[in-house]
Amino acid sequence: MTDLTFTPSPGAAPRSRMVRAQTAYELRTLLRNGEQLLLTLIIPVALLILFSAAPLLDVGGGKRVDFLAPGVLALAVMSTAFTGQAIGTGFERRYGVLKRLGATPLPRSGLVTAKTLTVLTVEVLQALVICVVALALGWSPHGDPASAILLLLLGTAAFSGFGLLMAGTLRAEATLAAANLVYLLLLVLGGVVFPLTKFSGGVRSVLELLPISALANGLRRVLQHGAGFPVRDLVILAVWAVLGLALAARFFKWE
Amino acid sequence: MEPLAVAVNGLVKRYGMTTAADGLSFDAAYGEVTALLGPNGAGKTTTVEICEGYRRADSGSVRVLGRDPRDAELKARIGVMPQSGGVPTNARAGEFLHLIASFYATPLDPAALLERLGLTAAARTSYRRLSGGQQQRLALAAAVVGRPELVFLDEPTAGLDPQARHATWELVGDLKAAGVAVILTTHHMDEAERLADEVVILDHGRVISSGPPSSLTGAERQLRFRARPGLGLDELLSALPPATMAKESPAGHYVIEGDLVPELLATVTAWCASNGVMTEDLRIERRTLEDVFLELTGRELRS
Repeated sequence: MTDLTFTPSPGAAPRSRMVRAQTAYELRTLLRNGEQLLLTLIIPVALLILFSAAPLLDVGGGKRVDFLAPGVLALAVMSTAFTGQAIGTGFERRYGVLKRLGATPLPRSGLVTAKTLTVLTVEVLQALVICVVALALGWSPHGDPASAILLLLLGTAAFSGFGLLMAGTLRAEATLAAANLVYLLLLVLGGVVFPLTKFSGGVRSVLELLPISALANGLRRVLQHGAGFPVRDLVILAVWAVLGLALAARFFKWE
Repeated sequence: MEPLAVAVNGLVKRYGMTTAADGLSFDAAYGEVTALLGPNGAGKTTTVEICEGYRRADSGSVRVLGRDPRDAELKARIGVMPQSGGVPTNARAGEFLHLIASFYATPLDPAALLERLGLTAAARTSYRRLSGGQQQRLALAAAVVGRPELVFLDEPTAGLDPQARHATWELVGDLKAAGVAVILTTHHMDEAERLADEVVILDHGRVISSGPPSSLTGAERQLRFRARPGLGLDELLSALPPATMAKESPAGHYVIEGDLVPELLATVTAWCASNGVMTEDLRIERRTLEDVFLELTGRELRS
């Protein structure tokens, strides 16, 4: 039997090491979770391929993939930052994992940092796969990558805020149901694959204020039409981000 | 080093109408096992969670390693084993222990600790597929992997099979020998009697008795035997010295307390012989902690 000495030798690891360990752990468990992969990768890629290949939708002029790729990128952000994070964190809270981690030297801010790094890493992987598939389908993106990245980051912040708000206030089962429902509604109503131009003017101007629409439309303005800085969409996303994160910070219950 | 690992004085904690802790006081020393013993709802978990910094006391003073229990500094110095859960259901046992170990500067080797607790074969099994006993042992491993000065174990052997219980008891013994302060909650009397240097009996949020197990059970001995129910104890008592007590509880189980000299034993067996009573399990023993506990907390069932 290996020699174990229980003589106390307390002390916290450096914060960067704790955050790195937590991030690596979250990524590992996420990437081997089949349901998560379905949500974050398979559904967006399947939508991209299906609607690019088949003339099921009238997306206005131009190649269908040029319209679809930005929408699917927005969907990917929502699936990871909002749906996946809400469900995952909701169950961690329900099973006392957040409480248990609270008894370790990993501070709460470190845990939130790790979750954010995990979401961003998964998004990079999603974006890579989506871009490769879209390029293979003939996608020709335009515009300023910095604007696109800014949109994606603000979208991530907005969706994370509401995902964590849900996870930290509702029962885990309610979060599971609500997060999936919101995902589905925003997928249909948020201009992801069905253009918002199909809705009447009044409905449309409301739907355009949704974070998913702002993200999808903003990305389209930049990547499809080569616009510069999509101020209106960035402002909408920033408002959602501030609101979501503030509410989450205020109402999140750790146990 | 502070003289006491934990010092609780006059702790009060209310949840709405219920008073979970009602002016509770106890101390825990380094290198000792302190057992909080009590029926369900006695306030054990509330007390432990206040010491762990999870909740605030309504009043009273609680010092943990000489500090306020909510001091973030303490996290690295304390190990916590919750009553249940705390591990993501899809985490593998070894992966989770490695994660927790990585939060500390000089942790124990997770692989060695898994081996010590008989979890090596389960290291790649996800938490939800572990048996209840394996889940408990993993939680125990996570509580000690950071080499803490003080560990809180909330019902560490609940639902364990005998082998796993003994493995846990041995580990607690090693922690104590290494100078770690151990606070555990239990409602297993044998566990408290066997492990604890100090037993604190709680009921309705109060300390109703405390001390080393031997001082609680006292030096007083009893004569116990089993026989057919309904013996005429009054008649037996009339043959015994005046200060002797006898009772039948439950039916067919007899206890005689008093000055247990050899003559008394002879008188009892002679009385049984002359009444045609065959005794079984006749023995002289000390009161157990269970006797003390039931005397103090009553026999009625708790919800």
